[in-house]
Amino acid sequence: MSKPKTSLDFRKNSVEALADTAMREAMRNSTAVFSGHREQGFSTVPDLESWRDRASDIRSRVLDNLSEYVDKFAANATSAGAVVYRAKDAEASRDIIAAILRDRGAKKVVKAKSMVSEEVYLNAHLEEQGVEVVETDLGEYIVQLAKERPSHILAPALHKNRRQIGELFAKHLGVDYTDDPEVLTKIARKVLRKKFLEAAAGISGANFAVADTGSIILFTNEGNGRMVTTLPRLHIAILTIEKIIPSLTDLSAFIRLLPRSATGQIHSSYMSIITGTRNPGEETGAEELHIVLLDNGRWDILAGECREILKCIRCGACMNVCPVYGSVGGHAYGSTYPGPMGIILTTMLEGMEKSHPLLDATTLCGVCADVCPVRVPLLKLLYTLRERRTKEGLVPSLERTAMAAFGLVVKSPTLFSWGQGMSRISWPLLSKIPGSETLERLPKPVKDTFRRRMS
Amino acid sequence: MKTQLFATCLVDTFFPETGEATVRLLRHFGMDVEFPKDQTCCGKPPNSAGYTYEAKEAARHFLSIFHGNAPIVIPSGSCASMIKLHYPEMFKNEPRMLEKAEAVAAATFELTQFLVHKLQAHRAGFAGNGKVTYHSSCQLTRELGVREEPLLLLKSVNGVEFLPLPNADRCCGFGGVFMAKLPEISIAIADEKAQAVAGTGADTIVGCDHGCLMNISDALKRQGNATQVKHIARFLAEGL
Repeated sequence: MSKPKTSLDFRKNSVEALADTAMREAMRNSTAVFSGHREQGFSTVPDLESWRDRASDIRSRVLDNLSEYVDKFAANATSAGAVVYRAKDAEASRDIIAAILRDRGAKKVVKAKSMVSEEVYLNAHLEEQGVEVVETDLGEYIVQLAKERPSHILAPALHKNRRQIGELFAKHLGVDYTDDPEVLTKIARKVLRKKFLEAAAGISGANFAVADTGSIILFTNEGNGRMVTTLPRLHIAILTIEKIIPSLTDLSAFIRLLPRSATGQIHSSYMSIITGTRNPGEETGAEELHIVLLDNGRWDILAGECREILKCIRCGACMNVCPVYGSVGGHAYGSTYPGPMGIILTTMLEGMEKSHPLLDATTLCGVCADVCPVRVPLLKLLYTLRERRTKEGLVPSLERTAMAAFGLVVKSPTLFSWGQGMSRISWPLLSKIPGSETLERLPKPVKDTFRRRMS
Repeated sequence: MKTQLFATCLVDTFFPETGEATVRLLRHFGMDVEFPKDQTCCGKPPNSAGYTYEAKEAARHFLSIFHGNAPIVIPSGSCASMIKLHYPEMFKNEPRMLEKAEAVAAATFELTQFLVHKLQAHRAGFAGNGKVTYHSSCQLTRELGVREEPLLLLKSVNGVEFLPLPNADRCCGFGGVFMAKLPEISIAIADEKAQAVAGTGADTIVGCDHGCLMNISDALKRQGNATQVKHIARFLAEGL
């Protein structure tokens, strides 16, 4: 794997990303398509705002009573035949999954796309233990071949164009180069079909988990999710605790909102509701189902001022519309989750010290909050975290000094107009200070200020 | 009617002509314009950067200068949203200040809001010429919900052809401190905006916020594009 990018290097990463013309073109095309489709998809939902209210209320209700819902889900999933585990952190979840596989001698695993598994670096850990892990979502398979991480939570290979994918396939799969998407898809399908049949276990995430029935819900487009969860005899699902919704009735709101917000589809191609293991007489379904309920910091987030980020249903709409994400792509963030929701969740999961430069990665334009189907107040949370960053002192000292000076000057009209004059005189000099080059792009302060003209 | 004019620091320091145009517009519609001379900055820059203490100092000063008994008119969506939405939020735990902040917030209008809703200026029949397009700035559009007012005004100008800007409400990449901290991304976003402007074939791009307009103007210059960049106050005042 190429040297992983870190959030601390966001500016450096973004400069590199901006120089990557292929990536930028791919991003421009795909994010525009997603956003366009999203608007189209919602044009058939006349009472959209009330569905958003409903979905938001459901998510809030879950967070308000999370402990209760987690217990309920675990009890009902267990009675349906699943084995439920509670994992406190990433390491615990990896160990649980590795042990399940080891105990059954499972050496080959197929996976459906799961951002939680990315969050805990599951693949790398299992590979270290000698397990072959094959991603079966086409985009995820592409980034796995490229030894990269997903650049988008829904479309992992969004940053790549078809020529790059063609080259990747030719290099790794021993096929002739082609950039025909249909041919490439057929190649992947053929390779993956064999992997499905060989696999001893399937690992998936979950879009939702239903407390009332103990079911896990998967929205997919390629059918790979259904095969991962039904073809191998062993199915392991990893999900974080906040994915729970109270009942199957509540799912209707998310069926309307999730695919439309994500890709603009009225419905994703597949929606699986998996409740327990295969019953006697049933033809499909895993014989063993293990569900790993991961905390990884969620209880702490829930207790704090950014708890509403846990309402997020991972539709990706906020990144599709974000001008910063659209310009630099997901890898620049150096985190599992990019874009506006990613900035907030990463800061909460990794801590301010490891991720504070991400808080600059927003113009505070607010379009993310506008499109969020479950009304996560993304803009408000970005403000909140910037405020916290200042309180924690993770800001440049020059900035801190300048702001402190502002605090004095702003209270005094005399100092303020003196400051205007000073800035005009020193403007040529100021713009030469390293880091202040931006001033050269701005007009110069005028001598005859408006307040002078009005006096 | 009496109005209190808050010019904003950008207009005061860089674009005094926009302040004068605002005064001319308001007077044209019979307003008595007061310019409280002790005004400074609304505190938006520190507030966005996460410096709540400094932003509050600015807000306290603003609230000691302006009152809620006459409309406060502001030629900027971002400053108006700071006062209308962020001031009450800032002082939610200080009852005495909150009362003042809420009164001032209720009296605050972004210029086009005031022109359309209080003065029906879109029925006044401004005169002009040329082809104009419009950038819908972020706080104006999404925080204040002012989407239609500037369009109503621009479309009402006789002799002007209005050309819609694709993705008009997409951010221009200014973002206050964002422009200074991540200049490369700011430029990339602004360049896309400038290309969209060029694509309209307009000879003038109008907006309601000088922050965005500075950034768009810089991008147009970089692309060798001669499209004029104008604050809506100036554009309208020229046609009085």
